[in-house]
Amino acid sequence: MTEILRLDELDRRFGGLHVTRKVSLALRPGDRLALIGPNGAGKTTLVNQISGVLPPSSGRIFLDGSDVTAQSQAERVRRGLARTFQITTLAPHLPVQRQVELALFERERLGNSIWRSIDAFTGVADEALALLGTLGLAHRADVATGSLAYGEQRLVELALALALRPRVLLLDEPMAGVPKADGPVLLAALDRLPADLALLIIEHDMELVFRMATRIAVLVQGELIADGPPDAIRNDPRVRAAYLGH
Amino acid sequence: MTLLLNILVDGVAYGMVLFVMAVGLSITLGLMKFVNLSHGAFAMAGGYGVAVLVGSHGWNFWAALLVALIATGVFGAALEALILRHLYRRPELQQVLFTIGLTFFLVATANAIFGPQVRSIPLPASLSGSVDLGFRTLPTQRVFVLLAGVAAAALLTWIIARTRFGIWIRASVDHADAASGLGIPIRLVQCLSFGAGAALAGLGGVLGAELMPLEPYYPLKYLVLMLVVVAVGGMGSIPGSLCTALVLGTVDTASKYLVSEWGSLLFFVAMGLLLAWRPRGILTR
Amino acid sequence: MTTTSPAAAATEITPPRARAMPPPWRLPLATIAAAFVASLLWPDQLGLVGRIATTALLVLSLDLLVGYAGIATLGQAALFGVGAYGAGLFAQQVHGDPLLGLLVAAAAGACLAAASGAFLLRFEGFTLLMLTIAFAQILLSLASTFRGLTGGDDGLSDFTITPILGLWEFDLEGRVGAIYAVTVLAAGLYLSRRVANSPFGLSIRGIHESRARMAALGTPVRKRLIGIYALSGMLAGVSGAITAQINGIVGLDSLGFPLSAEALVMLVLGGAGNLSGSVIGASVFTLLHHTAASIDPYHWLFVIGIALMAVVLFPPAAMAQKVWARVRGTRNTTP
Repeated sequence: MTEILRLDELDRRFGGLHVTRKVSLALRPGDRLALIGPNGAGKTTLVNQISGVLPPSSGRIFLDGSDVTAQSQAERVRRGLARTFQITTLAPHLPVQRQVELALFERERLGNSIWRSIDAFTGVADEALALLGTLGLAHRADVATGSLAYGEQRLVELALALALRPRVLLLDEPMAGVPKADGPVLLAALDRLPADLALLIIEHDMELVFRMATRIAVLVQGELIADGPPDAIRNDPRVRAAYLGH
Repeated sequence: MTLLLNILVDGVAYGMVLFVMAVGLSITLGLMKFVNLSHGAFAMAGGYGVAVLVGSHGWNFWAALLVALIATGVFGAALEALILRHLYRRPELQQVLFTIGLTFFLVATANAIFGPQVRSIPLPASLSGSVDLGFRTLPTQRVFVLLAGVAAAALLTWIIARTRFGIWIRASVDHADAASGLGIPIRLVQCLSFGAGAALAGLGGVLGAELMPLEPYYPLKYLVLMLVVVAVGGMGSIPGSLCTALVLGTVDTASKYLVSEWGSLLFFVAMGLLLAWRPRGILTR
Repeated sequence: MTTTSPAAAATEITPPRARAMPPPWRLPLATIAAAFVASLLWPDQLGLVGRIATTALLVLSLDLLVGYAGIATLGQAALFGVGAYGAGLFAQQVHGDPLLGLLVAAAAGACLAAASGAFLLRFEGFTLLMLTIAFAQILLSLASTFRGLTGGDDGLSDFTITPILGLWEFDLEGRVGAIYAVTVLAAGLYLSRRVANSPFGLSIRGIHESRARMAALGTPVRKRLIGIYALSGMLAGVSGAITAQINGIVGLDSLGFPLSAEALVMLVLGGAGNLSGSVIGASVFTLLHHTAASIDPYHWLFVIGIALMAVVLFPPAAMAQKVWARVRGTRNTTP
């Protein structure tokens, strides 16, 4: 199977700080890769480079075979890349339904339509509500996203990424700060992700990692020190030394 | 050659006036992140203070200057402590609106007290003549402005770099939330800085009275100038304000001498270019 | 329809939907009605009605930027002035038809906005604010310099406007002018409401509240902002054109900083972000100005200064909410 995402010696410095050290990584459709590592290892920085928020100092990024290193975030999204954010970036005053509809309008390239009212797009509204329904949020559709509980906001983040029907999905600590009660819904949603979706998930929650990851990559101080199936990682001495002592 | 020197002297003098007027606003913006569009009123207050004390009551110029600056400083500090500090947490647009309203109010007050006509500041004999530097003579007033500006810049730099108060200011600008946790009396720092900025603006009003005549609309007329110095210089940066004021002051003066029919065109083009090149401040990357 | 799970079917709960967008004809009709009533109550103040309508159009253009897109600007006068001078010069050099003049001004405003926006919108916050000021001041200086074209300090005045559609000539009482201005305002409100209700409008609100999110959804953020900037410029230019055509003169103050500042003040007074605020703000401000200034120009500054400070310290929206909550509290409401 061909790789859908490939990182070639991705490198990034901030002045004297070397935050990403020649990271090479490849994802195939259907992969469930968990990226773990101590705090400050540079995991979010790496995701920011993949999604296009941050340009790398050197190295290249390939999406489905095409070099996207110089392309904008919007262009990468159009090629099938989606991500969630560790800190919630939802529009606080928009109702949840509208926030999801935004994602759908972008996906359908309707964002430049200036004449028809959004209420006229009933198909979009229906799909938004259905998506929210699968995440258990349908009853909150008319609430402003800023008023949602934190766990619900993380679910909306996931809904937005899913609405884009991506082929590669980057999840930045989806469980962070989520109360125990809301955990199962999020986990169930992650289980139901399409089988051919390539997933890269940054997580500290080891239960989640070992439950759903088919591969684990370990990032320490910007360097990828291990990349393989969960059992191999669990027993890797370097990883034990560097990290698995949580 | 004489023309070039004239431009330089007048330009630097004008720049010094701009610097002294605007530096308080820069510090306030950098320190409290508070957009105070009524800052020009302090310049006006200082100018009017001296004009009235000397012109109508026959005071000695230097005594009047001292009293006017202290009064302006106290006025500023009082305004900050009683009213403005309650708005620090409000969104920028509200701060803009409130301080515009305050400016209108102060303009109307100035008119009610001083009348609508333009006022000039009678200079004392010691400042009215010329100074012979050997290769040319300069009006004493210009020399005074230059020296005052340099002194102000030096004093501010010394305070910021060498005194405890200066450390407090720097800490508060860089880490506003942490500062009070570190035991810095943040309210005092804010209030005193505001008052000092107001007093300096007052000095600017006096120094610049020739170029920027005193009248009730003063704060509105010169608001944009002060904002420009702060924006291009970088909020909270004293060296940035000085550099900007000197550069733009010289550009504007040169423009008035050489291509007066273009008005302020070059000034704003220069400002736009500098701001686009260094959005965070002329001396910041 | 979507399939319902057994649980939902059992309880028959329909999921709550987000509130529908307001219909686009409501605000224009309300405005026309208000103008009509005003002209009946004060038949000798039609000139004032016309002025309020033109000003409201300018403030509306600003609302699209400040209220919807979250772009704070103090340079809107640049777009207004370009429309005003554009319409005046068109009448002088080409043809005096006012409707054609509107088209020219609309195009001029939109093009200038798009061109300047492509540069200006690379910046944000205070830097952007200052650059908009600089841009407007540069245009002002240019207009002043090329006084052969613009009339300089004396203004541009030797142009004649032919009757609208060949039928209605601008009269001294201001009746034709008022109807003209109110009609164009209503059209502008209709257009703005349609755009605000559209997917484009929704994406602009999304950009306002969370640029990072929108970029991550694949939105071409800069392009959208330039788009709304162009629309805003078009409306501001049209507002300038109407002013020029009704007054028969265009002065340098059309490009001045006080005009930009006043428009912003009016917008915030009336409430930004919901389009109707532009009409309310323009009306309140202009009426206050008209009343207070006729007593004494400095009086006006006292009044507006205190009004502004009061509006910030005791915001009408918050006050209204408190009153509303009090009223609600006396009944039994389910949470």
